[in-house]
Amino acid sequence: MSTVLSEGKKQERRLGWLLCAPAAVVMVAVTAYPILYSVWLSLQRFDLKFPDERQFVGLDNYVTVLSNGYWWTAFGVTMLITVVTVAIELVLGMGLALIMHRTLVGRGLVRTAALIPYGIVTVVAAFSWRYAWTPDTGYLANLVTPDGAPLTERAGSLAIIIVAEIWKTTPFMALLLMAGLALVPDELMRAASMDGATWWQRFTKVMLPVMKPAILVALLFRTLDSVRVFDNIYVLTAGANETSSVSMIAYNNLLRGLNLGIGSTMSVLIFLTVALIAFVFVKLFGTAAPGASDEGRR
Amino acid sequence: MGDTPRKGWRALAATVLVTVPLAACGGQDDGGPPTINFYNPPVENMQTVIDECNAAANGRYQIVYRVLPRGADDQRVQMVRRLAAEDPSMDVLGLDVTWTQEFAGAEWIREWTGADAAEVRDGTLPGPLESATYEDRLYAAPNNTNVQLLWYRSDLVPNPPRTWDEMIAQAQQLKAQGRPYQVITMGAQYEGLVVLYNTLVASAGGAILSEDGKTAVLDDGAVRALDVLKRFATAGVTSPSFTNALEDPARLEFQGGNGAFQLNWPYVYPAMQEAAPDLARTVRWARYPGVDANTPSRVTIGGTNLAVSAYSRYPAESFEAARCLRNAEHQKYAAINDGVPPTIEAVYAEPEMAEAYPMKDVILAELQDASVRPLSPAYQNISTVMSATLSPPGDIDPESTAEQLRQEIQDALDSKGVLP
Repeated sequence: MSTVLSEGKKQERRLGWLLCAPAAVVMVAVTAYPILYSVWLSLQRFDLKFPDERQFVGLDNYVTVLSNGYWWTAFGVTMLITVVTVAIELVLGMGLALIMHRTLVGRGLVRTAALIPYGIVTVVAAFSWRYAWTPDTGYLANLVTPDGAPLTERAGSLAIIIVAEIWKTTPFMALLLMAGLALVPDELMRAASMDGATWWQRFTKVMLPVMKPAILVALLFRTLDSVRVFDNIYVLTAGANETSSVSMIAYNNLLRGLNLGIGSTMSVLIFLTVALIAFVFVKLFGTAAPGASDEGRR
Repeated sequence: MGDTPRKGWRALAATVLVTVPLAACGGQDDGGPPTINFYNPPVENMQTVIDECNAAANGRYQIVYRVLPRGADDQRVQMVRRLAAEDPSMDVLGLDVTWTQEFAGAEWIREWTGADAAEVRDGTLPGPLESATYEDRLYAAPNNTNVQLLWYRSDLVPNPPRTWDEMIAQAQQLKAQGRPYQVITMGAQYEGLVVLYNTLVASAGGAILSEDGKTAVLDDGAVRALDVLKRFATAGVTSPSFTNALEDPARLEFQGGNGAFQLNWPYVYPAMQEAAPDLARTVRWARYPGVDANTPSRVTIGGTNLAVSAYSRYPAESFEAARCLRNAEHQKYAAINDGVPPTIEAVYAEPEMAEAYPMKDVILAELQDASVRPLSPAYQNISTVMSATLSPPGDIDPESTAEQLRQEIQDALDSKGVLP
């Protein structure tokens, strides 16, 4: 800055930096270092099984992964799960949010009940889904598909994974949307109904535009979350029948295959995908992280 | 400075916080005998063997049984994670035969040398010993082994087939007569299919990898094996669930009565006597069928090896403990009580073995010229691509499937393989 600062201001600024430093160091240590390290690993042939063959290979690993059918199958599965779950969750979450917002009796109880699926540890919930869909032990398998084992087929497995994801995270979506509903002023709704707007018109013309920032934030959070889908797949199918997501396949190559080079390459690609989605949401749709800009601050 | 005493307290607190947990990890610096942590899959009567070894050690060391998870993948992931972090609290490791090369290649386990190695080599069957060798050096002590046998219904099949072609022909004949005819074995997309294919390749005199394990060859024998596998899968003699069958479902299906033949591990026999005693009376066993009439089959072995972690603080004691755990007496005990076939040849001649293993002569005959799965640190990856490429076996086209396997296995060897 070109403006001349007084001695006191300068000291204040230095103190500011000093106070920030520990947080900045921690951020670098826990976030930046692992990311940079995996970028560095992704440029090497580094397979724990062959420690002597470690060498720098440039972008070879990226060529290997990006020209591999398994990777693109997993990418397709991840995108399918993301698009379908987020779309359904938005609709269901909105319904749930409206119910929770308007409930007059037992408000606390209704909200608590709706949040239970989100509170259960995903792996535990996934196990109960798995048993529910296993013939003989499971009530759902016997009820819905008396002769089949849906978890042994691709379409059935994907549908079950999607249902489990929706069941788990719809409450989270509803929670974020409920915060948005609180932004809609009651007098605005009353004025609209005085003007003769139907319920649907009030919902689409008044509520949704006012809620837009909250909806976009909810969509962003859920999209990023479901791109990283792992636990449900790990428990339900372990990636069998081409149901691996990108996180699952990266785990398989890193921890089962011990191939740090290829596994890190996949992790970097997942990171780039997530970053791209966040960029699109923020720049193109104008999603604002809470407190990031004036619109976001509200 | 007024805050010096407080600093002193803080330093003391920090020292206590750091050193107390560390000391808890150490555990044996108090002068007691070293603890040898033995990481092994769950085995029912393992503790008895360990107690005997601890008594024999006479206070020089104390073996503690650390039970690994039940699933093979979970066992491997736990060990791999801790070895990659150079965890010094693992000493003796119970490894599946297919992991030995991988752990040796990663320099996670110690080579067996001198008197330790000589004792292990002495009297141990060649197949299990080969599975414990990496680049001509011994890296583990074979603890137990296993081979599949041919089980057949003597009321339907008077003479057991010696080759796959004979077996297919006999099954087709039974089918034409309207009698139970199925050949039941494991054909799902998993390790069991790789084992089946590996047995066929070895029986046809072929090879999947080169001698040094660095190149994928898939020679004529390997192509012939693909042809046999395809003919078997398309001859109309398999059960409808062949392409989805694992060990236990295959056993249950045979017990259900539609099968004339079953290719499976020896455990199916005691299980059958308990669950289907009428059927068990008619069931006999024979050597696994071969590819050529004049060449006996070479069957793939399973089993576990004992290795010593490279990060163990007590290597000498660990080697001694491992030797005790797998000595002839304890292998006999494990065979009789836990049902796992021994790796020391002399044990098969023990009189108690006849009752526990009525089929011990066939098992021993198969073990004497058994085959091992491709010996490479990259076996996990090779196995994954092989099971994916071979499944379903009915879709095999011998020449082009061999070419695809050659390409994918070579990629796995060059660390370019991507696991699905």
